[in-house]
Amino acid sequence: MIGDRVAVVGAGMTKFVRRAQETPKELAWEAAHLALRSCEMTIDDIDAIVIGTAPDAFDGVHMKSEYLSDGCGAWGKPVIRGYVGGGTGVFAAIQGWYHVASGLFDTVLVVCEEKMSSCRPHPQAAFLTIFDHTTERPLKPNLLWIFALEMNAYMNRYGLSKRDIATVSVKNKRNAADHPAAMLGDPDITVEDVLNSPVLAWPVQRLDVSPVTDGAVALVMSANHVARRVTDRPVWVEGVGWNLDTAYWTNRDLAYPVYVEEAARMAYDMAGISEPRKQIHIAEPYDPFDYKELHHLEGLMLFDRGEAPRAAADGVTQRDGDLPVCPSGGLLGVGNPIAAAGLMKVAEIFWQLRGEAGARQVPGNPKRGLAQAWGDLMQVGTVVVLGV
Amino acid sequence: MSLLHRIEHPDDALNWHGDMPTEGRYTAGIAGERFFREIKEKGQFLATVCLDCDITYMPPRLYCEECFSHLDEWVEVGSWGHVHTFTVVHRDLDNEPLSEPRILAFVTLDDADGGLVHYLDEIEPEDVYLGMRVEAVFRAEDERQGSISDIEYFRPV
Amino acid sequence: MDEFVYDSVYLSSRDLREGRVLFETWQPNAQYAWDAGVAISRYLQEFKAGKLIGRSCPECSRVLVPPRMFCESCFCPTDDWVTLEDTGTVLTFSRCTITWDLVQLEEPQMPAVIEIDGASPGMGIMHMLGEVDPEALAIGMRVRAVWKPADERTGSVTDIAYFKPLKE
Repeated sequence: MIGDRVAVVGAGMTKFVRRAQETPKELAWEAAHLALRSCEMTIDDIDAIVIGTAPDAFDGVHMKSEYLSDGCGAWGKPVIRGYVGGGTGVFAAIQGWYHVASGLFDTVLVVCEEKMSSCRPHPQAAFLTIFDHTTERPLKPNLLWIFALEMNAYMNRYGLSKRDIATVSVKNKRNAADHPAAMLGDPDITVEDVLNSPVLAWPVQRLDVSPVTDGAVALVMSANHVARRVTDRPVWVEGVGWNLDTAYWTNRDLAYPVYVEEAARMAYDMAGISEPRKQIHIAEPYDPFDYKELHHLEGLMLFDRGEAPRAAADGVTQRDGDLPVCPSGGLLGVGNPIAAAGLMKVAEIFWQLRGEAGARQVPGNPKRGLAQAWGDLMQVGTVVVLGV
Repeated sequence: MSLLHRIEHPDDALNWHGDMPTEGRYTAGIAGERFFREIKEKGQFLATVCLDCDITYMPPRLYCEECFSHLDEWVEVGSWGHVHTFTVVHRDLDNEPLSEPRILAFVTLDDADGGLVHYLDEIEPEDVYLGMRVEAVFRAEDERQGSISDIEYFRPV
Repeated sequence: MDEFVYDSVYLSSRDLREGRVLFETWQPNAQYAWDAGVAISRYLQEFKAGKLIGRSCPECSRVLVPPRMFCESCFCPTDDWVTLEDTGTVLTFSRCTITWDLVQLEEPQMPAVIEIDGASPGMGIMHMLGEVDPEALAIGMRVRAVWKPADERTGSVTDIAYFKPLKE
């Protein structure tokens, strides 16, 4: 471990909604001031600000973090914005970690915000440019293609059915019914509901996909000596990792996220984890699509390749299972305001490890959990391991 | 060396035209909704005040940027102030000449901290000076939409 | 943690449609002309001739498609143009019944990643499938490019209309 120990000491968030009346900076403030309140700190106690937010084109504001800055408490402070697409939310916590671990700052406020409802007619209008402008966009692609192509490759490699994968969407939307910020919690949803939802780009159906969402999440991270002072229940950052695959997505093995494995190895090495299946008690892998939760669980080496669906079917990943996965409800249930969704996962591990997750609390006093996100040109993995 | 590979003929260099077909839809927000409603309905400005930091925010904010507390103290502020700085605009966004140059100013309001960027009119560009006293000219009530354009321009007092 | 969740204000689409809340709209009118660059310009010129080409890396010996002037694995210049076949294998596919802006399609589009013969294993390009029953699509299917007539080709990836199943 580099430098001093770094803790998460506070967290706050907005409700995740389809369309918020708040401006993006108002959303950021709502989450940020609650995170400070949760650890009885004020903005004067904060040394530096980390802002995470995904494409400028979503909120429709160029230099988006500079625009957001006052809502993030950044006036007159050192500020940095990290941006690794969908991986941003977890990466923002990694940036918060190295700001403190480096010894530069004692306290950092990490704020992630996304207001996707601003982007009309659909956020895809901005997303389309992730396809290569010359070799792909002339084919008039739909962003869903990438996910459909990846999901099909994954299903084919391991002989999986839609039913094997739909259980993830059901679990997460049911879990989200217990989350006070959730947009799509549904305690009664069934696998049949998912399988009967409209087909968008086979094998992707409507209920396999997380929604377009507005929201913000914030964390307070601090050095050891501050953490000891402000809370009796600090949650320590034990490991961080991130890794990028080739930008040529059509040259990658779409059935296995090697970038997640590389990121996880980095984080596990730092955390001294040699047997992740025994040493990780709770996981929040990135689940913008139901198959991605399974894909990522395998990349995180928490299950053998192709085995995560069976474990999910056997109830292993339920909140009361051997390895609770996305007890928050994930992106499929709570919602997917890109950068904020990733940081929500880190916040969930924080609340779970402190025993503060209320109706979502996983049993058995979990001691260590991880949050993971995925993004950029669908090739970055970002991982944070937290422990108490 | 292949990195020195040259395109021999201009026709061999290709480019692909495209766009990002987005439209931004921006809500006024919590503070903005109240600010622009007041302009639309009453033709006057509201600001929020942080009593602790002694800042009167114009345009109004939901929170204090300095101490980060929630602001729910709203006050009316006069629609007059002075020119903090200005520029004379001769071209439009597509670099076409304007038929008449327009004066764009940052106007700080007397009763608040901060102010608004808006056009100046009823004055020639050569007569504008920093510190000049100006006031807002609101559109007629039935023309107001709840937008910054409900102010037609600022003019000398 | 419930007290640390802010009750943000949810708007229905009706709130906006009926002007119950104030908002502004703006179209950025962003028009781009993206240069194809050195490798892709040559690649597309060969499309006009009805040929697919790749680039080879002198260090890892991979034959790369789409071609690139440097190998992103070895980080060295690629050094040779390699003529590829216009046949390949479907690595994955989809049947898409919706456009990006959520308009329902009558006929499904069939995008695929196609591993191109003559390039290294796993080297795929994205293109469309055609002349095939959507329900008959399968991963591993062998396909061939269907080129537009030579006088209709413009030096675009769309000079290949689609790939169709190969009868071997």
